[in-house]
Amino acid sequence: MIRTSRRTLLQTGAAFAGASALGFPAIVRAQTDKIRIGHLTPLTGFLGVIGSYAQLGAKLAAEEINGSGGILGKPIDLLSEDSINPATAATKAQRMLEQDGAVVLLGEISSASSLTIMQVAERNKKVFFSTGARSDALRGKNCNKYSFHCDIPNTVMVNAVGTALSQKGMVKGKKFFTLTADYIFGHDLLKAAKTFFGAHDANLIGDELIATDVTDFSPYLLKVRQAKPDVVCCNLAGNQVTNLVKQYAEFGFPYPLVGFNLNTGDAWAAGAGNLSGTWPTVWYHTLNNPTSQAFVAAFAKKYGKPPENHAWIDYVTLKLLAEAINTTKSTDSGELIAYFEKQAQFDIGKARKAYFRSWDHQLVQEAYPFTVKPKDQMKDQWDMLVLGDAVPAANDPLETIYPTREQNPCEMKA
Amino acid sequence: MQFEFLLEQVVNGLVLGGYYLLIALGLSLIFSVGGIVNLAHGAFYALGAYVCVELTKRLGFGAAVVISPFAVALLGILFERFILRRFYTADPILSLLVTFGLAMVAEQAIRMIWGAAPVSAEIPQSFRGSVIVGDFLFSRYRLLILAVVAAILLGIWLLLHKTSFGRVVRAGIQRPDMVAALGIRLQPYMTGIVMLGVGMAALGGAFFAPITTVHPAMGAEIMTVAFVVVVIGGLGSFWGVIIAALLVGVVRGIAIHFEPAAGEASIYVLMFLVLLVRPRGLLGERIEKFE
Repeated sequence: MIRTSRRTLLQTGAAFAGASALGFPAIVRAQTDKIRIGHLTPLTGFLGVIGSYAQLGAKLAAEEINGSGGILGKPIDLLSEDSINPATAATKAQRMLEQDGAVVLLGEISSASSLTIMQVAERNKKVFFSTGARSDALRGKNCNKYSFHCDIPNTVMVNAVGTALSQKGMVKGKKFFTLTADYIFGHDLLKAAKTFFGAHDANLIGDELIATDVTDFSPYLLKVRQAKPDVVCCNLAGNQVTNLVKQYAEFGFPYPLVGFNLNTGDAWAAGAGNLSGTWPTVWYHTLNNPTSQAFVAAFAKKYGKPPENHAWIDYVTLKLLAEAINTTKSTDSGELIAYFEKQAQFDIGKARKAYFRSWDHQLVQEAYPFTVKPKDQMKDQWDMLVLGDAVPAANDPLETIYPTREQNPCEMKA
Repeated sequence: MQFEFLLEQVVNGLVLGGYYLLIALGLSLIFSVGGIVNLAHGAFYALGAYVCVELTKRLGFGAAVVISPFAVALLGILFERFILRRFYTADPILSLLVTFGLAMVAEQAIRMIWGAAPVSAEIPQSFRGSVIVGDFLFSRYRLLILAVVAAILLGIWLLLHKTSFGRVVRAGIQRPDMVAALGIRLQPYMTGIVMLGVGMAALGGAFFAPITTVHPAMGAEIMTVAFVVVVIGGLGSFWGVIIAALLVGVVRGIAIHFEPAAGEASIYVLMFLVLLVRPRGLLGERIEKFE
């Protein structure tokens, strides 16, 4: 009896020893040989298409950084996963920081998911770069010390398009009808749009909140017709934009369709004959800038197609992060935050350098309005857009299009 | 005025319901005859869309929308011959698992062939825009879809009620053992039914390609609605599915008219209410095979 139990005990002990012999060195090795970085982005659902571009962009950046010696002399081990939804995003972020030993997180497109990752980052005191989320609230009332925001916020997109529309006489005294994505991002965008309409004498005569899984917009289009607006404005996201643009072309309404949010991936999916109007963008692959063009060439060579704006933002974010780690010679969150808060300047492939604003951690940079190229002038299926001049204009300070300290309720706890 | 706008939503909902019908009716037919809940049905819908986009580049939309359902229906033959046939008498769980697996394989295959990014498709110029009759507005393109769906429904009804093929199929649905006792093999008929169902799903995909995002996961998207329609109508009921599809389209339109936020939830609420009153769906009472 005693012998049996002792043997069992020994066996169990041996098994444990064996497991730890196999398990521990692997973890130690991961910490010493490579620097692990967690990357989350939606690969499924209505943002899945642009998310897959974001993943390609981050992978390319990691390869290039590793090819030129890595960070602090160690290669990056990029852990890139599908965040699917806010709950999964938070769970995976938690796992990446606690179990996988990620020193920093980046990624995301969905503002709702980004918000949950921001909370995980704050709890774990690790830095998170929210690359593609645009809700103002993330860098406003929900801001925290550990989170940085790389894409332009909703207010900037509204200002970029609004300025272009104003110049065409399409704002003052006009009746707008908006179609808005029913989640934090859409609500936030609508708020920014309302502020703009209010400041520019435009009337919002109707708004529809639309669930993110809607694929047929015909009942909403009938309501648009009922309202007879001067301009229809799309505040949707991801696939929703593609579906709306296609069905808007199908119904052939006389009211011009413009939008305060669009990603080039969704524009490409809509097809050349369907898209029209004025829209905002944070970046486009035809941008005439040496850093941008080098990225476009490398991306096209590797993947056989031009990069989408989310590929670019995840690419430049990993690049500037690597630059920061190499400069500070540290992956420590506190040191990184202090470095970025000094408003260090980064070349992100635009005419002017960008920097993280110290008090709300927003990457301050240029934005662009665009219109759509006539179909017969397109060189290829990706050559759809005509970029307008960068906003703000070259002689205005970059921050003029961003929410001011009075407008942005961000207060970071020390 | 309010009444007219409401009526407009109802009519628009009927058109949309007609479109759901294309996918749901095939799903229901395959279930009625073979006893298989085909979770891969959405994959054929997606394939229909992709094949149509590919063919449009070469032959134009008109030819593509006609040819693509037939091309996908040919795949349906292989699907029936090599996969479904093994599961007619097996535990339904097995066919559920197999078709679910197949749906995932198909989605991944589409990703590998056409890439994860959506492909773009356009409506031919002649079908763009809307027709205005009195105060009512119809999308020209959806009227075309409605006409085709109506013709197909008529065709299927005639096939089931006026041909010897239809008599055997209907007998097979009611009393498969009796049909077997008469010495009739149901398998060739099943091939025909699967071709028909798969072809209709593919036609749905082809028709919707120009007005929705053509992406690898589109099959999974449409399956939810298709199942809601089949469940409301009653598994295996021809008229039940038709009524349910139209009902789902109309209820969604009305919900969006009055309370847009409830638009998507409305069809699930409808399903819930119908199942409360009639657990087997609206007209699903005569299915004895699976009780």
